[in-house]
Amino acid sequence: MIRRLMKTLVGAAVLAAFAGGVVAQDSKVADELAKYREALADGNPADLLEVKGEGLWAEKRGPKNASLEKCDLGQGPGKLEGAYAALPKYFKDTNKVMDVESRLVHCMVTLQGFTQAEVTKQWFSRPGKESDIEALVTFIGAKSNGMKINAPATHPEEARMAKMGEYIFYRRSGPQDFSCSICHGQEGKRIRLQELGNLTTKEGAGFAMKTWPSYRVSQGAVWTMQRRLIDCMRQARWPEPAYLADSIVALETYLQKTATGTVMETPGIKR
Amino acid sequence: MGNPMKIRAASKDGVTEVKVLVSHEMETGQRKDAAGAIVPAWFITELVAKHGDKVVLTSDFGPSVSKNPYLAFKFKGGAKGEKVTVTWKDNKGDSRTDEAAIN
Amino acid sequence: MNNQRRTVLKSGSGAALLGMLAAAGIITPGMALADWNKAAFDAKSMADTLKALGVAGTTDSKDVQVTGPDIAENGAVVPVGVASTLPNVTMVAILIEKNPNALAASFVLPEGTEANVQTRVKMGQTSNIYALVKSDGKFFMATKEIKVTLGGCGG
Repeated sequence: MIRRLMKTLVGAAVLAAFAGGVVAQDSKVADELAKYREALADGNPADLLEVKGEGLWAEKRGPKNASLEKCDLGQGPGKLEGAYAALPKYFKDTNKVMDVESRLVHCMVTLQGFTQAEVTKQWFSRPGKESDIEALVTFIGAKSNGMKINAPATHPEEARMAKMGEYIFYRRSGPQDFSCSICHGQEGKRIRLQELGNLTTKEGAGFAMKTWPSYRVSQGAVWTMQRRLIDCMRQARWPEPAYLADSIVALETYLQKTATGTVMETPGIKR
Repeated sequence: MGNPMKIRAASKDGVTEVKVLVSHEMETGQRKDAAGAIVPAWFITELVAKHGDKVVLTSDFGPSVSKNPYLAFKFKGGAKGEKVTVTWKDNKGDSRTDEAAIN
Repeated sequence: MNNQRRTVLKSGSGAALLGMLAAAGIITPGMALADWNKAAFDAKSMADTLKALGVAGTTDSKDVQVTGPDIAENGAVVPVGVASTLPNVTMVAILIEKNPNALAASFVLPEGTEANVQTRVKMGQTSNIYALVKSDGKFFMATKEIKVTLGGCGG
């Protein structure tokens, strides 16, 4: 234990010494990275998926040969404007707090007659294997672009989920005894060149939440919030939750609550 | 066949600027899958843009053009409402054509 | 498919043969018209690429610009552009010195199309990017280094 602590302290000292040299170049690097991101913003490949999602939304599909145009994402059947920005939300018909993805899957099952397994089989894309969910979520997200995130978690069930999400955010777990808050609970942290947002403030959570779903150039794919958070857990060496797990919806509810009031800029484009 | 392209064309001061986003894997042929097998090359080789019947750009791509290729260029002429057509072909012989009206 | 086409084209000539092949469904008319320069895209070094493109010699020119960020956060998508104020530009090409194959893309610009093309390329590592421009039948070049960082986690 003491040896491990010593190792950590030496490591920290080396890092601190190294950081001194890096700081001088920080602003130039940041400027150039900003230029890089700006150059990608015009012509976001996510736009291709948005068009595809629009088509899928209106297309009659599944055993019931129905479109998703009657899907209620919380603003009434077929009402898409602002729906994404107001999720996760408590739904009476399922007696559950649902995020955009769990609600979308619910619609595909109830309206179109697919089984849950069919719908979620390709919940994210791989090269050559497209994901309908990615396309639909990109389309739905874009319908909230320019609108304020409005998920204050006022319903008791929503408040309970937000509380649970907050608990998970701070809970240290896994072989590295890691929590979300270790990287995302303070200002001015970064891993190599990646700045890490402080997700405990409105600014930090807002900056993160407003841009999802987002095209990740490193993956060549749009990532949904579910994928983002499940992968965060993998990176923290936690056991990966299942797609649409309550723990993920809880984290989303907590983050959206913190981000409430921030204007959506989606689909985003990221490293 | 692939998914639809996104083509934007805007005319200003007698010059039309065209921006094209193409949905394509652009697989290099140098990547290995989880089993260690080479993922075969699959990429757009040619992309031709036309204003009406006139070719305004011919592009030859190699596999190092990024996935979901982006292309922006400008040509003289082009009036609002006129058509810009883009056609691509890939190394597997697949192709696709989409068009957009100039704004 | 491409190899086959090339062999066939080498062994025969003339529109009649192309027509026959098109009719037989071996090639489509569109494919026969365009001439994807396999030798240039297969070439590894800058020198071999230029040779395959039929470039005997180039002149460095301040009238050719390579645009792009100094640092790219991810080598999979690096925005690059070529612009030139030289007259009668009929061709531009983008070459990445340290990629396995240097040539990324080449463009034929008919009269009326401006010498200003932007695209996005993959870069395996930090490298010089070269813009090759053909103006009045002569070749000109410019270069810019783009650093590639592959970053950590997050996003």
